[in-house]
Amino acid sequence: MLCDFCKENEATVHFSQVVGDKVSKIDICEACAKAKGFTDPGNISMLGDVLGEFGAGQVTPESEGLRCPVCGFTQANFKKQGRLGCGTCYETFEAGLKPLLKAMHKGERHVGKTPQKAVTSQESSEHLKQLEKELSRAIKDERFEQAAQLRDEIRALQAKANPSTLV
Amino acid sequence: MKTSDTHSEGDADSGRLVVMSSRVRLARNLSGTPFPGWAKKADRQKSLESMKAVVRILPEMAGALARSMDEFTALEKQLLVERHLISREHAAKTVGSGVVISESEVISVMINEEDHLRMQALMPGFCLREVWQVINRVDSELEEHLNYAYSSKLGYLTACPTNVGTGMRASAMLHLPALVVAEQINQVIQAVNKLGLAVRGLYGEGTEASGNLFQVSNQTTLGEREEDLMERLTKVILQIIEHEKNARQALMEKRPQMIYDQVGRAYGILGNACVQSSKEAMNLLSMLRLGLDLDLLQGLDHKSIDDMFLLTQPAHLQKHVNQKLTAEQRDVMRASLLRDMLKDVGRPKTMLPSPPESTEPGREDQPDAA
Ligand SMILES: [Zn+2]
Ligand SMILES: [Zn+2]
Repeated sequence: MLCDFCKENEATVHFSQVVGDKVSKIDICEACAKAKGFTDPGNISMLGDVLGEFGAGQVTPESEGLRCPVCGFTQANFKKQGRLGCGTCYETFEAGLKPLLKAMHKGERHVGKTPQKAVTSQESSEHLKQLEKELSRAIKDERFEQAAQLRDEIRALQAKANPSTLV
Repeated sequence: MKTSDTHSEGDADSGRLVVMSSRVRLARNLSGTPFPGWAKKADRQKSLESMKAVVRILPEMAGALARSMDEFTALEKQLLVERHLISREHAAKTVGSGVVISESEVISVMINEEDHLRMQALMPGFCLREVWQVINRVDSELEEHLNYAYSSKLGYLTACPTNVGTGMRASAMLHLPALVVAEQINQVIQAVNKLGLAVRGLYGEGTEASGNLFQVSNQTTLGEREEDLMERLTKVILQIIEHEKNARQALMEKRPQMIYDQVGRAYGILGNACVQSSKEAMNLLSMLRLGLDLDLLQGLDHKSIDDMFLLTQPAHLQKHVNQKLTAEQRDVMRASLLRDMLKDVGRPKTMLPSPPESTEPGREDQPDAA
């Protein structure tokens, strides 16, 4: 990524600036960091490296060795780049990211648009839960014919949700 | 030829005078695939080809320009940056990144920028809702063919945690000459910042505002619905427009001669200069645009002024003459282009001088001391 100031050199210094109670991100090159005085912590309110907090605050013997199972990203990579490796990194580094997201954003949970695929899977998982509840009630009430019907419906739904899994 | 916009202005019209363009950008990524910055080159090339294929078959993309970044010359890339169709970061990319731009240039999809997909809709005027609808539809269409990285808790997952959630950046480009002249702009910027919105100069972060052009956008993406954000942003922009209008009115009441003078000088210099730097041109064009808004100019409309802003940018000038130009050559070419574009525009209105209160005859005509 390019330096925010000169737009020429590769940005190697990443940090956040606190404006009010919000954090904004700055990526700059070594030369501009020196020229603009961004190396002087007294000059600008610095949270440190975005990952300074993430890394330093959260490094425990377990978290230090954390590596994203999908992309192989580590905390050291995040500290260096200020960017994550893949979507699964959000799960892998959840504990460390949580305070960071909280400081950066308005809320901690997404409330906006949902991809239709995710809506469908969310709906079907709720539907599944409902059917399972009905099934156990049917078994308890010894309504076996209905229970068999419900079980078939549940299996069909599970097969649809995980097409690769044989149910 | 429209010359009397200001007389018939309703709120929508005055919005159009101040708001040059509206844009909504969405960041999206593919599930189970490393983000572009962490992916291997071969994987980036592969994902570029598959995403490009999906994007270009969208109905909105009939006749679109679809290319890998290594297929552009440096000048062509710069041209796209000046037209706000790709980011500066994206212009630096080569193999493994690409872009698809609709024929109308309203929609642009950057592939393998910082995120797998950065799609935007951009239109002239104050039309955030419209551009949101356009890009929202593109996103929904793409989603049918692509598996997005998404979590029900954090929303759309992005390379940088600052974009996670909606992945949305909505912005408007505002022309605020009176707030700058009246030195109220910093107050306005601070107030807007307090509301969690960002204000930046023309070409984004790290660039000083030139031409009195400012971009207002959201800073946060997690914990607020797209529609709610748009409504909040729209309200703030309406307030900024109101402040700009008030500042213009106050200037015209208290210092009309200064405004007439600034507009007249801008017209005089732009229409006659032979060497014109980019920065000076931007600031003079801003004054000319203000003159047009205040109904001081005949034979000019907003579109032609906005074209002048764009066509006098470095890459556009070089495209115009189809050759590489040095900074000095560009300044000459810029001056010549502006002289040409202004040749049919009449002189701006002037204010009749009020009778001087104390006369000091001949003061200005006196020759230098012998
Ligand atoms: Zn730099
Ligand atoms: Zn990962």
